[in-house]
Amino acid sequence: MTGPALFLLLAGLGAIAWVSARARALRLQTVARETGRRDAVHSLPGYHGWYVALWTLAPAVLFLAVWANIAPGLVTQAVLADPAAQSLPMDDFSRSAILGEARSIATGAQAGAFNPLAQGLVEPYRAAISKYGVAGAVLAIVLAFAGGAYAFTRVRPDFRARTRVERLVMATLLIASLLAIVTTVGIVASLLWESFRFFSMVNPLDFLFGTKWSPQSAAMGYGNEDAFGAVPLFWGTIFIGAIIAMVVAIPLGLMSAIYLTQYAKPVVRKWMKPTLEMLAGVPTVVYGYFAALTIAPALRDFAVMIGIHGASSESALAAGLVMGVMIIPFVSSMADDSIAAVPQSMRDGSLAMGATTSETIRKVLIPAALPGVVGGVLLAVSRAIGETMIVVMAAGLAANLTLNPFASVTTVTTQIVQLLTGDQEFDSAKTLAAFALGLVLFVVTLLLNIVALRVVKKYREAYE
Amino acid sequence: MTEPTNPLAIANPKMSARDVKVFYGAKQAIKGVSIDVDMDNVTAFIGPSGCGKSTFLRTLNRMNDTVASARVEGTITLDGEDIYSPSMDVVQLRARVGMVFQKPNPFPKSIYENIAYGPRIHGLAHAKADLDVVVEKSLRRAGLWDEVKDRLHDSGTALSGGQQQRLCIGRAIAVEPEVILMDEPCSALDPIATAKIEELIHELRGRYAIVIVTHNMQQAARVSQRTAFFHLGDLVEYGVTGDIFTNPTQERTKDYITGRYG
Repeated sequence: MTGPALFLLLAGLGAIAWVSARARALRLQTVARETGRRDAVHSLPGYHGWYVALWTLAPAVLFLAVWANIAPGLVTQAVLADPAAQSLPMDDFSRSAILGEARSIATGAQAGAFNPLAQGLVEPYRAAISKYGVAGAVLAIVLAFAGGAYAFTRVRPDFRARTRVERLVMATLLIASLLAIVTTVGIVASLLWESFRFFSMVNPLDFLFGTKWSPQSAAMGYGNEDAFGAVPLFWGTIFIGAIIAMVVAIPLGLMSAIYLTQYAKPVVRKWMKPTLEMLAGVPTVVYGYFAALTIAPALRDFAVMIGIHGASSESALAAGLVMGVMIIPFVSSMADDSIAAVPQSMRDGSLAMGATTSETIRKVLIPAALPGVVGGVLLAVSRAIGETMIVVMAAGLAANLTLNPFASVTTVTTQIVQLLTGDQEFDSAKTLAAFALGLVLFVVTLLLNIVALRVVKKYREAYE
Repeated sequence: MTEPTNPLAIANPKMSARDVKVFYGAKQAIKGVSIDVDMDNVTAFIGPSGCGKSTFLRTLNRMNDTVASARVEGTITLDGEDIYSPSMDVVQLRARVGMVFQKPNPFPKSIYENIAYGPRIHGLAHAKADLDVVVEKSLRRAGLWDEVKDRLHDSGTALSGGQQQRLCIGRAIAVEPEVILMDEPCSALDPIATAKIEELIHELRGRYAIVIVTHNMQQAARVSQRTAFFHLGDLVEYGVTGDIFTNPTQERTKDYITGRYG
């Protein structure tokens, strides 16, 4: 029996189970109601339907999931037990190659055999696959019937089907949320493990405080000392993400938030706010080539024109400016929220004293909203330093420790991309350095997020 | 409605409203109110919730300007000058007509900075020493000085509700207004704090024209000399407080005073 047919059959069984259990519950409950006792009936008929349908489907589906994993092993054993398999070579490698080929022909993925030995095994393979396929299907159907029958006998007016179904729904939701947490834990664990391996090759102090970054020289056998000083990377990341980008994003974001909350008419706000927030929806790779192809050359020409030395076609300024624009909606919407959260009575109090709108904003609203704004900026910084695409395309690869915004610098994320693209050997310090960089980035953004959320939360409480 | 049913003959009114109508969008909240407010008496606006007394109060210093849908018709004058005329600067107007709100709303700044806020924005005091004088004077008038003089730089929001409200009154006084509007200033306070505010209103009487909105009839009887009764956007009756409470001329006033509705 083929997979889709089995699936349809099971779905049909489930539907039948639902309909018949519901009908039975309905009939029993009508009878129970006639006795006049309201509590004689616990759950609605639909819950009985779901209960029986789940008992029909869940065991069968779980069984099939397990069967799909153990069946190939059983098939291979059956084939090896066949007389035609006695002539197979004894070494594992050629033996599994022949078996694989025979399986491909048997399942129709491959037309003919290159190895005559494989041809002989095709028939045993077909037989075994069909045998275990049928066995699995039969077992699944038997399970479905058994589960359904068991549940069906439990359909009674006082059976608490609703409670059972609700409990299953809760369990399903819990598993879904645990999955995300488990994934996070897994990622952090792998990050920690690979970083640990890196730090067993390179001194963590050299990594965190060294000023020379040249992983290529380490890979070419010049030794790991002095090659993995990540300070230029940290500096580049801060220079672009926390300084240049914020110089752009903080004033523009704050001013647009003030305009939108205090001055804009409702109509203007209605179309302007979503338009601004669309900036956040532009894919970062688009920002990246805008930075690399439009902004960076213009900036270099400008720098050359005014006579700045060391101007490069990939510059911290180009990446930082574009990243700042990308971050504007972040800052603006956080600032918008915190300004809007300042009570109207505060604004009225100031206006009633004869303060103008701008005085009210400067002296009352902004100070009152400041913690929320600071939280928003911290979140924006953590977003900016983790940003990859723009800096990969526009910031360059040279690990310069420079204050010149027109010079090329590199960032943590750019270097991670560099270290991990292309062919890798996962036991060299060069590759493992990427994990150490990732760990640093993770820890820093995590801390920034925690601090920012604390600040924002504390401030929200002040007005509630 | 053209004239109040019992217009008080006020020779030289501080503020004067004639046929004032207020609309929120299409809805009319005030239906033609005429009233005079004088300098020497405390005027109370009473009436059931939603009768328009607060809305009318807010027209007196143009706080309704901050509500986009609000529209005001009729004339309101301050010392004979139309406050809705284009030549009237709303900043100047609000410096002359101060306001205290229902819920104490000190700024999240120090006590000192709360009081100094108005004088600073209006340029009334520049040197630190001048400002110190203004702050002390205002806090003394608001009856708060003795309680806060040792912690002027603590946050204004850390004070108790009653102290916060007196801080807000002090803040309004600090810009030397001529009229003080109070919008249910005690509705968020306990009886003891309320008594202190009422005492303060007595002390401030005569120095400022005071208009107080209250839903508490006993409070109106205690603090005011003139009472105006509002109902459904109309000014039903306006007169000497004692008369309104003991001898109302209008049926609606009588019903409200005796607790038939409200």
